[in-house]
Amino acid sequence: MSDRVSAQARSEKYGQSEGDGIIRCDACPVLCRIRPGRSGACSRYANEDGQLVRTDPALALAQTLEAGRPVVAFAEGAWDGKLLDPGRAFVTGIGAGTTYPDYKPAPFIVGATHAGVDTVTVVTEGMFSYCGVKVKIDTDRHLGPEAAPVRAKGEQVGHVTTAEYGSQMLSLGGVRHLTGGSKKEGNVTCETLLALCAAEPVTLTIDGGHEVVVQAGQAPIVDGTPERRMRVGCGSATVGIFAQQWLGHADEVIVVDDHITGVLSEHQAGKVLGMRATGIRVRGRRSTPGRYFQVAAPGLGWGGTDITDPLAIIESIDPKLAWPGLRLLLTSTTGEDALWCVLDEQLRPIPAEMPKPVRTVVERIGENCEPSLCTVLFMAGAGGSLRAGVTENPVLLTRAVAAGEVRVTMGGAPVYLWPGGGITVMADVLRFPGNAFGHVPTPALVAPIEFTLPRALYQRLGGHMDEIVPVEELLRGLGEQLRVEGWMPGNPWPFAKP
Amino acid sequence: MIAQRLAGERLHLSHGPMDVVLRGWGAAHEVAAAELAAAARFATILQELVAELPTLRAAVGAETRLDGPVARRMLAGCLPFARQGVFVTAMAAVAGAVADEVLAAMRAAAPGLRRAYVNDGGDIAVFVAPGESLTLGMVADPAGSPARAGGCARGPVADFDGTLSLGHGMGIGGVATSGRHGRSFSLGIADAVTVLARDAATADAAATLIANAVDVESPAVRRRAARALDPDSDLGDRPVTVSLGPLDEAEIAAALDAGAARAEAWCRAGLIRGAALRLAGRARIAGASVPALPEHAA
Repeated sequence: MSDRVSAQARSEKYGQSEGDGIIRCDACPVLCRIRPGRSGACSRYANEDGQLVRTDPALALAQTLEAGRPVVAFAEGAWDGKLLDPGRAFVTGIGAGTTYPDYKPAPFIVGATHAGVDTVTVVTEGMFSYCGVKVKIDTDRHLGPEAAPVRAKGEQVGHVTTAEYGSQMLSLGGVRHLTGGSKKEGNVTCETLLALCAAEPVTLTIDGGHEVVVQAGQAPIVDGTPERRMRVGCGSATVGIFAQQWLGHADEVIVVDDHITGVLSEHQAGKVLGMRATGIRVRGRRSTPGRYFQVAAPGLGWGGTDITDPLAIIESIDPKLAWPGLRLLLTSTTGEDALWCVLDEQLRPIPAEMPKPVRTVVERIGENCEPSLCTVLFMAGAGGSLRAGVTENPVLLTRAVAAGEVRVTMGGAPVYLWPGGGITVMADVLRFPGNAFGHVPTPALVAPIEFTLPRALYQRLGGHMDEIVPVEELLRGLGEQLRVEGWMPGNPWPFAKP
Repeated sequence: MIAQRLAGERLHLSHGPMDVVLRGWGAAHEVAAAELAAAARFATILQELVAELPTLRAAVGAETRLDGPVARRMLAGCLPFARQGVFVTAMAAVAGAVADEVLAAMRAAAPGLRRAYVNDGGDIAVFVAPGESLTLGMVADPAGSPARAGGCARGPVADFDGTLSLGHGMGIGGVATSGRHGRSFSLGIADAVTVLARDAATADAAATLIANAVDVESPAVRRRAARALDPDSDLGDRPVTVSLGPLDEAEIAAALDAGAARAEAWCRAGLIRGAALRLAGRARIAGASVPALPEHAA
């Protein structure tokens, strides 16, 4: 597992040790050799205890005309002369630094006028001991039993939680793994969370289950095989969606699914179409007509079962109902696996070449599947001392956030705010700018967080009014130390009216 | 390279260790053309300089040969002082030469500009058309007063205690400030030496060298070999100032006198137009172009 965001990894990326504590910085062509405790010619990179560190304190996200593009792509010839102006800049918490303990005002409290409203953004990097990620893995394949430990480098970093519709959820991190276990468990958890938040691939193993490589925005890789498709629906749903299209081309269709296997002729959809009963009974427990649970054990085979020979799920064929020449389709919920059979005189299913009209519908199942992806949501509680950096009366901030009067963003990314007490938020790690996360040895993650609110409200909340700096002044003051990135497409501009 | 718009219509260009802030005045299309030209020129300068870095870091002499346009501006800025027998490397003029080069690109692309400046970390190339003038603030002490307590202060915002109005025909195309508070090492103890010259490269080199001359032997001055701080320093093992304790009035006067003697000699020789030297709240002026500065004890 790579670890691009740790200080050491960054140091290794940009610098080479030259002995005597000197680091050669590769960040720009000057290739400064930097002694410990000193910075390079640019003052942006420094040698701190033998590691090359970025001294950048802040990241401003600029709302570019073409969102998502760097504000200045001039070197690539694409610069349109439209540059960062304070009215289009939002200062994020990335690199803002954190004031721990938080009884000091947050590193930046920015005043800006947006749409005629005098607005304040409190920008800080929060240290989150109570944080983790929720991972959604689009696959029906059995990754491991619910509640099973999930491990990285042998350490438990989380557990398998619910299976959602077409996806397996994992819950990783959290205070018990970060601080409640051994030191190694805490460090590996921190490292795993950081890598996942940086959208890097992480190899996880599940007790009693399988290995899965998880990377935000990429397909999961289960035991070395990349997953391709997220199922179109459960077996029953697949039957319902395609029943009409199979009618007249197949006498029976079995959609193999670990959760709910569908049997067309018996299913309500088949009944409505007036299909003749076939007497083919699948294994497992019948839930309702044509819908079967537990047809096999969970696994990496067809439809998230352990089945590789689909005929194995046929328990019996009733000779009173079935007939020679009966046309039977077996398919998975993604259409990746499919088998066409015709019953012979002894009513045994004999594999045969799939007719084109049937093949077309199987392909359409695949066509209707979305690409299988991993998604990673960072989740943390900002309800602790971090609030003291924002106001002198922290509960007022909590209440104002809950009331929707204060907009919370993380590195400019929109967050989902959990109802109820505290400030518990979730945000898609792919909507953060690069290198947004860091860590401290506690271990805890450091993540940017911004609170945006009208100035008058800030005053009412007991805000640190004396610390408010006009955005223009902040941009100017940070000057060369400011990193400017284009606004992430799809992220709402934080100053917009909620 | 990074370009960003700062408040007040200024454009900030940044690449590696180089940062320039510039602005042009004139018709909108002229200003836009000048900014585009500036960014285009700026984008390749660092690579050009790096290609000749070993020579740029060596002592300038009559035999020094450099090829790149910015490198040659650096050489031209330093050579007159090297001829006076002073140790100088072309790096003494790097910021000023970059500013001159970018300003030249702006003027070539926008011949109708009324006025313009390119500020490379305090080393400023200026252009003023006939009938126009440009006012610059002068910095008493670049370490200055912290902008504000707590909050956002990440770098000092210096106090201005003098202003300088540059007009067309004054023969001043560059203003540069050097001292022990800047990014570069100083051999001297000046808080700030501001030099006016025909171009920024010359002003930059002169400011560096005059600041080096503002010096006195005193236990208050702590020095270390430049290489002990930066293994690639062009100053080699020369002792550079790392900190300065309180000086008495006689020491301040002696240090300023030493610097002022060099500044006045170079004014008389026509190498620079003027200089303002500051140390511990005291100041000296050389040449005719610089306004008197207030003095205040540190």
